[in-house]
Amino acid sequence: MPLVSEIDFGTPASRSEKMVTLTIDGNEITVPEGTSIMRASMEAGIQVPKLCATDMVDAFGSCRLCLVEIEGRNGTPASCTTPVAPGITVHTQTSRLKDIRKGVMELYISDHPLDCLTCAANGDCELQDMAGAVGLRDVRYGYEGDNHVKARNNGDINAKWMPKDESNPYFTYDPSKCIVCSRCVRACEEVQGTFALTIEGRGFGSRVSPGMHENFLESECVSCGACVQACPTATLTEKSVIAIGQPEHSVVTTCAYCGVGCSFKAEMRGEELVRMVPWKDGQANRGHSCVKGRFAYGYSTHKERILNPMIREKITDPWREVSWEEALAHTASEFRRIQYQYGRESIGGITSSRCTNEETYLVQKLIRSGFGNNNVDTCARVCHSPTGYGLGATFGTSAGTQNFDSVEQTDVVIIIGANPTDGHPVFASRLKKRLRQGAKLIVIDPRRTDIVSSPHIKASHHLPLRPGTNVAVVTSLAHVIVTEGLYDEKFIRERCDWSEFEDWAAFVSEEHHSPEAVGKLSGVPAEEIRGAARLFATGGNGSIYYGLGVTEHSQGSTTVIAIANLAMVTGNIGRPGVGVNPLRGQNNVQGACDMGSFPHELPGYRHVSDDATRDIFEKLWGVKISNEPGLRIPNMLDAAVDGSFKGIYIQGEDILQSDPDTKHVQAGLAAMECVVVQDLFLNETANYAHVFLPGSTFLEKDGTFTNAERRINRVRKVMTPRNGYADWEVTQKLAQAMGLDWNYSHPSQIMDEIAATTPSFAMVSYDYLEKMGSVQWPCNEKAPLGSPIMHIDGFVRGKGKFIRTEYVATDEKTGPRFPLLLTTGRILSQYNVGAQTRRTDNVVWHEEDRLEIHPHDAELRGVRDGDWVKLQSRSGDTTLRALITDRVATGVVYTTFHHPTTQANVITTDFSDWATNCPEYKVTAVQISPSNGPSQWQIDYDEQARHSRRIAGKMEAAE
Amino acid sequence: MNLHVSSRDIGERTLDIVSEMKSLEGPLLPILHEIQAEFGYVPQEAVPVIARELNLSRAEVHGVVSFYHDYRDHPAGRHVLKLCRAEACQAMGGDALAERVKSLLGIDFHQTTLDGAVTLEPVYCLGLCSTAPAAMLDGEVHGRLDADAVRDLVAEVRA
Repeated sequence: MPLVSEIDFGTPASRSEKMVTLTIDGNEITVPEGTSIMRASMEAGIQVPKLCATDMVDAFGSCRLCLVEIEGRNGTPASCTTPVAPGITVHTQTSRLKDIRKGVMELYISDHPLDCLTCAANGDCELQDMAGAVGLRDVRYGYEGDNHVKARNNGDINAKWMPKDESNPYFTYDPSKCIVCSRCVRACEEVQGTFALTIEGRGFGSRVSPGMHENFLESECVSCGACVQACPTATLTEKSVIAIGQPEHSVVTTCAYCGVGCSFKAEMRGEELVRMVPWKDGQANRGHSCVKGRFAYGYSTHKERILNPMIREKITDPWREVSWEEALAHTASEFRRIQYQYGRESIGGITSSRCTNEETYLVQKLIRSGFGNNNVDTCARVCHSPTGYGLGATFGTSAGTQNFDSVEQTDVVIIIGANPTDGHPVFASRLKKRLRQGAKLIVIDPRRTDIVSSPHIKASHHLPLRPGTNVAVVTSLAHVIVTEGLYDEKFIRERCDWSEFEDWAAFVSEEHHSPEAVGKLSGVPAEEIRGAARLFATGGNGSIYYGLGVTEHSQGSTTVIAIANLAMVTGNIGRPGVGVNPLRGQNNVQGACDMGSFPHELPGYRHVSDDATRDIFEKLWGVKISNEPGLRIPNMLDAAVDGSFKGIYIQGEDILQSDPDTKHVQAGLAAMECVVVQDLFLNETANYAHVFLPGSTFLEKDGTFTNAERRINRVRKVMTPRNGYADWEVTQKLAQAMGLDWNYSHPSQIMDEIAATTPSFAMVSYDYLEKMGSVQWPCNEKAPLGSPIMHIDGFVRGKGKFIRTEYVATDEKTGPRFPLLLTTGRILSQYNVGAQTRRTDNVVWHEEDRLEIHPHDAELRGVRDGDWVKLQSRSGDTTLRALITDRVATGVVYTTFHHPTTQANVITTDFSDWATNCPEYKVTAVQISPSNGPSQWQIDYDEQARHSRRIAGKMEAAE
Repeated sequence: MNLHVSSRDIGERTLDIVSEMKSLEGPLLPILHEIQAEFGYVPQEAVPVIARELNLSRAEVHGVVSFYHDYRDHPAGRHVLKLCRAEACQAMGGDALAERVKSLLGIDFHQTTLDGAVTLEPVYCLGLCSTAPAAMLDGEVHGRLDADAVRDLVAEVRA
């Protein structure tokens, strides 16, 4: 198995449809107008020597190595910056060009160390390759004199030499090896859009500088690694490559962090992962990545990872390591005993949005066919369940309408309740690229996120609304559009139900939806609402991207409906550059929903009460499926507290940390008799577990993830599971132990079963994915190539449905005791509850959760930056350190939830979305007061957690 | 006398300058000129303020500041003497002249005399090739320099 090779064409592809024919070295070639001569040559199979060009960034023309001669033209133009022209004849190798190239290489090498044999880039160095390509045999200039290579020149300190910068945990910057090609600087600007790098100085003194001659860690760098990928020498090198050496084979797989679903090449040496390199053919990420996907995989070999199954009688006992057979037999007999004793409905399970489609499918199959009930739910309950409801009701399908490429054609973007630069960084980079080209941006968010204002990015309108007033503000945007006659009547008449529109239009036109009225309750100036509405309705292709700031509210579903209304009323559905796009939190939250993880739905969003659908599965599985929806997660916990729900199988989710009202979750788990946790680590939920089944990482299994754009991407196994089994095998073994006749030998067979039973997956198979790379569902006879954009000729449900969206204030209100509103979010370097990223070097960027508070609110309470503060709500209290910033408005405080010691969900309430029970994480009334340190509850919790994590026969982990 | 300017003042005064000039087309260079006129150099503390206000990164502003020799990273002496080191001046005895000036002042290029009187700098072409060797003292050009003429120039700045 060799390295997956990717051709570097040198310059980006041209989008022109007009073709041009030219001759290069006697080969006639036809390419789109605007293509560089360098790229055209590469397409003809001729590689022109180059150093400063790479196809991820625009041509720059600085290295002077890629010169060519064109018949009838003077001089030797650079092939990277010279576009093709009809009928020209190009020569890439003449004696004149050979001399020039050799001379240029001599100059480069005269200021470059000659330690190739011990250099980390040995075997993967473009400078070395080019020296070979131009036939460099000697360097007439010698190596004395001015240089950047040696720390000392003849005993004197060499002021031009700079030491290696090893501040970033994942890569090093060695200025002595830099050839100043600017590829890193341009990658940071054009691909990532952070502009953290520059060339400082001029002439021979030019050097790459992060920030203002800072080190990488202290600079503006976000550690996405685009510069490392772009570097042609060892100047920027992954520390893993320095430690291990060059990889020898690679496998294309899919990142297991956020819902963007980036494709990566896992570059391996044997079974050791050397590095992750984003794959240029990956259609979600187009060769880009963020710090998590590229670098934060170290958790898979972290010392705290549990590799052996464990059981215990009581949660106060230490864990006992047992064989897989014993653990599975014990679990099966406990589940059967509980069902015998308390009834069939007394157990259930939770599928994971972190696991593959195949694994999720198996867990719900185990519950429906083995447990014999519908008590299955998934973590999507707490994030995007309102998306499913809202988009299903209005459009007829519960998924985003676009692919990520669509952002390249958008003209006006609304971002609501999402922080893409932190939560979905690769999408944010693609969006920022479009914004730099001139697209306009409207941000609706209580907090001034980075996308509102950052280098070369400025939102036209930022609507800093009070948390909880989304519905009012979005409806008010519709008010302006309708009352000012900015709606797209043709689209509405063709695609939507006109009488429903008229009813809705009358509703939104009511005076209490006007920006002036809504401004008072939301805190957003009326003029900003009007300006934003006018811009969105008249600015060309309008797209809406939203996140959990929309869904995790008591009116989450209503806001989703209001967003769908807004897209329909402006005619922004069904073509590239428009649409409604939920930014999914987890890598496979879309897939987990698709696979029938909800208690009321079988795979493909078909209700369990539908006889025809049940019939398909009943015939295949040979069991009777209940036609009654099962319990949702909160209902399971309620039932557990009531004593009627006694056992649960939780695959890859940490409900104790991620679900609202921690104390209630604790009580529910403590009341159960058999809690089975399948995970990589002893997570918080495992403190209440009786059986622990070690899980496997995405590197250790085959399967598929479905990302936020409905793209089904292959996950490929690159190493043997350290715990012994992939997660789907564990579920299968548990099913077998419970007496089910399952015999899958590969996940492809599970996908075949999904395709056979689920119409929107009908044509999906591993062979087909191998051929296509990836496909976006629906993928069936009607759409054999998949569906990048939905609702093209009409809505899935027939006519688009306008639904009234009355604003009802949440019951969670501020008052004299709790005058501030807490909202939560995340940060770039950490991922959700942090189980993985906290176990990587990403902690250098974020080692604790901080409470963001406006200077005015802080001063009132005598809180200084860095002080411990007590954060108290009606549900509970916790302590953390304050961070004073004007990113948040007065009256609003904000924190992340990445660290278990913070336990932000002790604070959150049990209010939830009216339609789907999605918890209201984003609004909690709180009070802040100065504090000395952790609260008593935090101390007790920590003590319980430590006690609970003991493993018999093993030393307790030292603090 | 050196008047110390605190970082906080630099930030505030920079902000005033940027606010006044940011509506110009291509405002970065004029702003940097104004800041250098205000402080005598471009203080490191000013860079993040300019970057934030112009929606640029710190790196970009640093790249521009460090590209131009005329933007200083620390204050110069009361006088600045620039000697032309380009081809025509070198051909007309510029090297010897430079050595003489250095020994008269007791400093090397890019240095300032201990009394803070004068900073010596090389410059690459003042456009006075026909009257080489040439120099510029505090913005005023001098041509056809010889040993006596530079002695007079040095005496003037030392006075």
